[in-house]
Amino acid sequence: MPRRNILLYPDKQLKVVSKPVTDFDEKLRGFIQELEEAMGDGPGAVGIAAPQVGHAIRAIIVDVSSHKKLTHHGHLILINPEIVEWDGLVTGREGCLSVPDYTGNVVRAERIKLSAFDPFGKELNFDMQGYEARAVQHEIDHLDGMLFLDRLVSRRHDLFERKTYKKKKKTQNE
Amino acid sequence: MTNWYMLTLVGTDQPGIVAKITTALLDAKCNLGEASMIRLGGNFTVMLMVNSKLDPNEIATLMKSCCEDLSLRLHIDKINGHLHDHHIPDVRVIVSGADREGIVAQVTRLLFEAGMDILDLNSDVAGSAQNPIYIMQIEGIASQGVDLIKKAIQSIKSDDIDIQVQTIDTIVG
Repeated sequence: MPRRNILLYPDKQLKVVSKPVTDFDEKLRGFIQELEEAMGDGPGAVGIAAPQVGHAIRAIIVDVSSHKKLTHHGHLILINPEIVEWDGLVTGREGCLSVPDYTGNVVRAERIKLSAFDPFGKELNFDMQGYEARAVQHEIDHLDGMLFLDRLVSRRHDLFERKTYKKKKKTQNE
Repeated sequence: MTNWYMLTLVGTDQPGIVAKITTALLDAKCNLGEASMIRLGGNFTVMLMVNSKLDPNEIATLMKSCCEDLSLRLHIDKINGHLHDHHIPDVRVIVSGADREGIVAQVTRLLFEAGMDILDLNSDVAGSAQNPIYIMQIEGIASQGVDLIKKAIQSIKSDDIDIQVQTIDTIVG
C-alpha cells in the first residue's frame, strides 16, 4: 500500500471538520498503522491527526515520550477525543507537519481532562498537563478544521507567563 | 535573473505607508519576501526583502514618488537572501526594569558569552518620561544549553531588573 502523504496548507481538506468514528474495526486499525507511518516520516513530530493525511475521521496519535523530563502517558492512539475539562492558559510555540518552515506562539489550556477511545473501542480517560496537553489540543484542532495559524498570537507584545510562581513570603509572625 | 534586495524605509508614522509602498513595488513587478515593519519612537520602520529583475537604481527610481509623498528615506542593499530558512528558537529571555544606561549591552554580552544566538530581539521603553521602564524580549538558540544562560544572567539580577529565562519547547504535530 502506498504511504500516505502529509497534506500541506493551504490544502482545503485541512479545513474540514472530521466525522466521529463509529466502527472500531480492522479497517480503522489498518488506517491507524498508516497514520503512524506518516507521523514517522515527519521530522520530530510528536503528534498527527487523521485529516492531515486526507482522512476526515476523529483519530489522532500523540507521543511526547521522546522529550525527557516531561510528565506524559506515552504513545497514545486517541479515537473521538474530547476535552471534558480544562484549566489555566499558557503560551507556547508550535509548528505543524502541514505548515513547514514556520513556528508561532499559541495560547492553550495548561491542564486538560481528556476522554477518548482506543482503536478497539475501549474508553480512555486522562489528566494531562503542559507539553502533552498542548500536543493533544493541537491535534484535536485538526479534527475541527483548525490549524495553529488560526490561533497565532502577537510575537512582539505578548509577555509570557512565568512557569513557576514565587512562593508566598512568610510573615515575621509565622 | 532576479536578485534579492533588502529595502529599508524609515519615516514619520502616518496611515497608508505599507499600502503605498507595497503597491509601488507591485507596480514595479517586484516580489516581496519576509518583512519586519514596526513603529519605533513615532517613526515607521520597514525592513523588506524584495525580489526583482531590476537593479537598485531602477528600484529607487520607481519608489521615488512614493517615498517623496510619504517623506520616507529609502535604502537598498543587494543581499544573499533566500526564503525557507527559519531557525526554531529554544530559549526566550525577558528583561524588564527601570530603564538605565547599558542594559542591552550588559544582557546581550552575557547571552553571547553563554552561547546564545539571537534570532529575534524587540524592546520597548514604557512607563512615563519621569520613570521610564525597559522591556525586552529576546528569542534565540542556546548553543550550549539553557542552563548556562540561566547561570550567566544571575550576575546581573538585581532589585531593579527582572530577568526570566524560559525554555521554548516547540511542539510539531
